[in-house]
Amino acid sequence: MQLTKEQQEIFDGARGETMARVMQTLVAYGEAFDAERMVPITGEYGHTVISFGLGIMKPIYELYDKILSDGEVSHQAFSADPRPVDKKNVPANLLQNFIFDFMYSQQGRYEEQLRSFGILSDDAYTCTCYLPEVGNTPRRGDILSWAESSAVVYANSVLGARCNRNSGIIELFGSIAGCVPEFGLLTDDGRRADWIVELRTSKLPDAQLFGSAVGMKVLEQVPYVKGLDRWLGAELNDAACTYLKDFGAATASNGSVGLYHIENLTPEAVEHGETLIREGAPVYVVDDAEIERVKNSYPCIWKDLAAKPKLCFMGCPHMTLSQLTDWTLKVEEALKEAGNRKIVIPTVFTAAPAVLRAFEKTEYADRLKRYGVVTSSICPLMYMNNPLCKSMPVITSSNKLRTYSSARFYPEAEILRMITGLK
Amino acid sequence: MKKTFQGRVITPGTCRAEALVSHGGFNTLASYQTPMLLGDKAVKCSDQNNPDLYQKSMLGKALCLPETIGSTTGGMALYTVCATGKQPACMLFSKHIDSLAAAGAILAAYWTDAKMPVIDRLGEEFLSAVKDGMTVEVKENGVVEIE
Repeated sequence: MQLTKEQQEIFDGARGETMARVMQTLVAYGEAFDAERMVPITGEYGHTVISFGLGIMKPIYELYDKILSDGEVSHQAFSADPRPVDKKNVPANLLQNFIFDFMYSQQGRYEEQLRSFGILSDDAYTCTCYLPEVGNTPRRGDILSWAESSAVVYANSVLGARCNRNSGIIELFGSIAGCVPEFGLLTDDGRRADWIVELRTSKLPDAQLFGSAVGMKVLEQVPYVKGLDRWLGAELNDAACTYLKDFGAATASNGSVGLYHIENLTPEAVEHGETLIREGAPVYVVDDAEIERVKNSYPCIWKDLAAKPKLCFMGCPHMTLSQLTDWTLKVEEALKEAGNRKIVIPTVFTAAPAVLRAFEKTEYADRLKRYGVVTSSICPLMYMNNPLCKSMPVITSSNKLRTYSSARFYPEAEILRMITGLK
Repeated sequence: MKKTFQGRVITPGTCRAEALVSHGGFNTLASYQTPMLLGDKAVKCSDQNNPDLYQKSMLGKALCLPETIGSTTGGMALYTVCATGKQPACMLFSKHIDSLAAAGAILAAYWTDAKMPVIDRLGEEFLSAVKDGMTVEVKENGVVEIE
């Protein structure tokens, strides 16, 4: 790899042994992908996937202590994934809370480290950092050093920024060094489509199911999706972006997609069209039967498959403002039809702190509260890591949460019926 | 009968261990999440979506896989596994290594004392030939022998 004079000096130890090792790690990471140079980060803010102070992950906090003690901080402010615990809002019994205290014993220490490294604010904890209310929204072409699979795939695909699927720790190293190795999704060639996905369903498929199908098929490759614009239109409006947020999160967690193109909709597909597709790209047809097959393929590890759900999580990744208002209306209508005044399964809607603040200013917030739905900025996955929560029958509309926990997946329409008691 | 494959060295080292094979993408977080949280000494795979590995011990095994998939906490999880001595003996990829596994392996090599050779580009034939329980030997130059 060819380094600039300044990069080479850092690599050789001019800024101390720790900073040299940070640069050497980034260079080795790039060399695994035949990167020829390190390029400067041009996005204004970073984003780290590590937001939790898990006791068992002390080696990470020790590593960060070492870096901080040598005077190194991030060159850019950054946001972080959601916090793991919200005792004030999310239901948990005394024993579960005791386990949370034990599991996340490093939370205070870690948040202090994030403040020292340069986190944007004490409120900058969300997986949807790119939403306008949060403000970490990259521009098209920006080079990023982010981790969080759902945010990376959104930034690449919907916003047209350039970011590899970096791991936790590596993304912060990039922000500290101010540069990242140029390979993969940072290059024009790496952004070309390896697959054609043809959507032939009779209606707009559930975003989480469609994304799951695509992710499991193409794994880490780039799909070019045809036929979705028939349902979403040709404008990247709020509804389309919301759908793509959930679609992308499922492609990234059920496979490892870092970028997708949607014909006539996402910026690079609009600009370059089918010239993005590699010659000989295989075709994956998704019809109603394929969506049904994928849905029925999910294992469920509940001990009692007929158990009555004790909790429902919506919002992994975090919900948008329009999702919160739309779901308030959906819950309202379904409750009326079911003849119920309140939901029948304890339910938590999760969203970024800034989005929840905006929601609180609307007329819908009180209504949602009245129906019994709780809002929180927690990470549902971190909640489900608690062994006592894991053993509970929890349902979710999130394919990401299903993948990483014992939560059982249902499409949104079924979740609505279940939580409102609608037959 | 012994078979030999040539791969590319991501992190160097040698080892001899029993093969454990995942034919589908290896979801690092989902696989290590529960054993890490519960302190499972056998480090049994907790990814219910991986029928090849679910509930099998990964500790000290030659982990043979096409690539890793899933959340970007994957590399961080791999780093932590190595820092706490819970890593597999080696990781052997049939495909080009992915960015999360590469990050985890390289972080472990530069910032921990763990020894975990990682070899990639061993080819599809490697993953077809290697079976659970076989003996795998990794040489310094990226040669992998299975028997």
